[in-house]
Amino acid sequence: MTKFVVRRILQAIPTLFGISLLVYAIMLATPGGPVAALTFSPTVTPQERAALAAQLGVNDPYPVQYLRWLLGDDWMRFDSDGDGISDTAYLIPLDADGDGEPEPPGRRRGILRGDFGSSFFHGKRHVVDVIFERLGATFELGIASLVVGLTIGIPVGVLAAVNRGGYFDNFTRVMAVVFNALPSFWLGLLLLLVFGGTGLGLLPMGNRCGIVLVGGCPPFYERLEYLFLPTFVIAVGGVAAYSRFMRASLLDVSGQDYIRTARAKGLSGRMVWFRHGLRNALIPIATLLGPTVTGVLSGAAITEQVFSWPGVGRLVVSSITQKDYPTVMAVVMFAAIATILGYLLSDMLYALIDPRIRLR
Amino acid sequence: MQLALRRFLRDRLSMAAIGVLLFLALLSFGAPIINALTNTNSRSIAADSFLPPFSPGHILGTDDLGRDHLARLLEAGQVSLSIGFLAALLSLVIGVTIGLIAGFIGGRLDDTVIWFITTLNSVPLFFIILIIAAFLSPNATTLILALGFFGWTGTARLVRGETFALREREFVISARAIGSSRLRIMYSHILPNQLSIILINLAIDIGIIILVEAALSFLGVGVQPPQATWGNMLTFSRSFFSHGPHLVFWPGFLIFITVLCLYVLGDGLRDAFDPTTID
Repeated sequence: MTKFVVRRILQAIPTLFGISLLVYAIMLATPGGPVAALTFSPTVTPQERAALAAQLGVNDPYPVQYLRWLLGDDWMRFDSDGDGISDTAYLIPLDADGDGEPEPPGRRRGILRGDFGSSFFHGKRHVVDVIFERLGATFELGIASLVVGLTIGIPVGVLAAVNRGGYFDNFTRVMAVVFNALPSFWLGLLLLLVFGGTGLGLLPMGNRCGIVLVGGCPPFYERLEYLFLPTFVIAVGGVAAYSRFMRASLLDVSGQDYIRTARAKGLSGRMVWFRHGLRNALIPIATLLGPTVTGVLSGAAITEQVFSWPGVGRLVVSSITQKDYPTVMAVVMFAAIATILGYLLSDMLYALIDPRIRLR
Repeated sequence: MQLALRRFLRDRLSMAAIGVLLFLALLSFGAPIINALTNTNSRSIAADSFLPPFSPGHILGTDDLGRDHLARLLEAGQVSLSIGFLAALLSLVIGVTIGLIAGFIGGRLDDTVIWFITTLNSVPLFFIILIIAAFLSPNATTLILALGFFGWTGTARLVRGETFALREREFVISARAIGSSRLRIMYSHILPNQLSIILINLAIDIGIIILVEAALSFLGVGVQPPQATWGNMLTFSRSFFSHGPHLVFWPGFLIFITVLCLYVLGDGLRDAFDPTTID
């Protein structure tokens, strides 16, 4: 097991490297670049703009820029004699804007050393802090929708398999297609229209909790009414996927020899389905954890927007539309790590519960 | 093949789906004629805003700026349907080509392709497309290219797997024995045998792409107003809940129906091509 985990983590390195290259290439291809995003105000003079460009190093060759993001620039241009003026430079010029004075020493440490830079917005705080602050809200939504999706999806799938070819089975088949075709943002808007303030007025129009003056939101069980609709919207896709998966898995198991043996022993149908069948059919559900991470992350981007939910998804959308480069890069890298971890965890879980699987 | 076609034509659900899709496409692309008949168009701000449906002269009412809702929906349909179809076609061509070559040649090339696909799949693709659409000017062409160039991995994987299996079959070996070139074997022996997979994938991909395009437009990084798409018509509708519930309902409903029909079509094709289906 340890060997397997180590190997998978090693395998993840080229994948993450590829993702970082891809995202960086998109960033570099953007017209304007970070300087334009930072100096949006008309009061910024061209000199200030040039100074900023020199400091950010946007005129350096692309590989150097990528290297700076990866490893930082505190070793590229630094002050070796302690007088506060940089005097040594590797890869990049000491005086980037050509005004006769060396640029200040580099302070970035690079993402490999955990420095994703500071956001252009959000009070210029560190990107990692901004993301971690939002993580809780997305986690809450993700776990809630996973729980709801499983508690509805699994029984529906089991009933469909038991009544194979019957009305309920056909009904759930149609339901799965319909749920998959529903645009989540439209569903969210319709639910708000019906249950929200202008409709029945039963549920709040969005946000994670009411207005609080001090501290964060109260614990989730005190504000279930806020959690209800967004959870439902994300869970809809899960219900469709889990019920179909569960049905297929249970039907697959029901063709196995040990089920025939159980029947031959004279066990009742219910006993066979639930005691022998279900327990084994539940195992492959573990493999769904990986895809679920991706699903929740992309689903959150849309659903959090509809319900003004202060999570990572909304952060992604807002930082992309505001061209907040450091945040966008960091969020994508975090999403990639989360996805890889999700797949790794689901493989490990699978191996733990299914004695037939040996990880190598 | 003929059997599959006959089965498909006999499947009432699939035929209904095709009918609805054709109807929607006809309405959307026949918008100029309909506009002439109802004496409206999608841009003119002639009437009062937020007229309810069935108002005189505006069958589905008007929006926040007093534009005819039906005319806007139809114009949006042209854009949404074209983007869905063109992007799916692009991703199909890329996916089939890469899948065929990787599966047929194998070796290093195949490893590279698989690594590339794994890499792309290890980050929510929606984020990547969101970034591309937002950072390079958000418009229809960018969307088609972004969706096409990043949506092919599923198709490529399927085609690659199938090619792997087919290339060891007798008819391929005999084609090779009589000296057919690799290109010829790929395109006239292996490709036609994957027609079913390709068609099923195309139908479902168009559906997925229409959903993603609508989501992008909804988030404000898709096609920009005043050009209407079903997605961006919903963007501001939340502010108008009390005035115009019909503004929320119709655009989403059309997305839903279109995608539903495409999924049903994909399912129907799968059943028709499936040799284990009993008539």
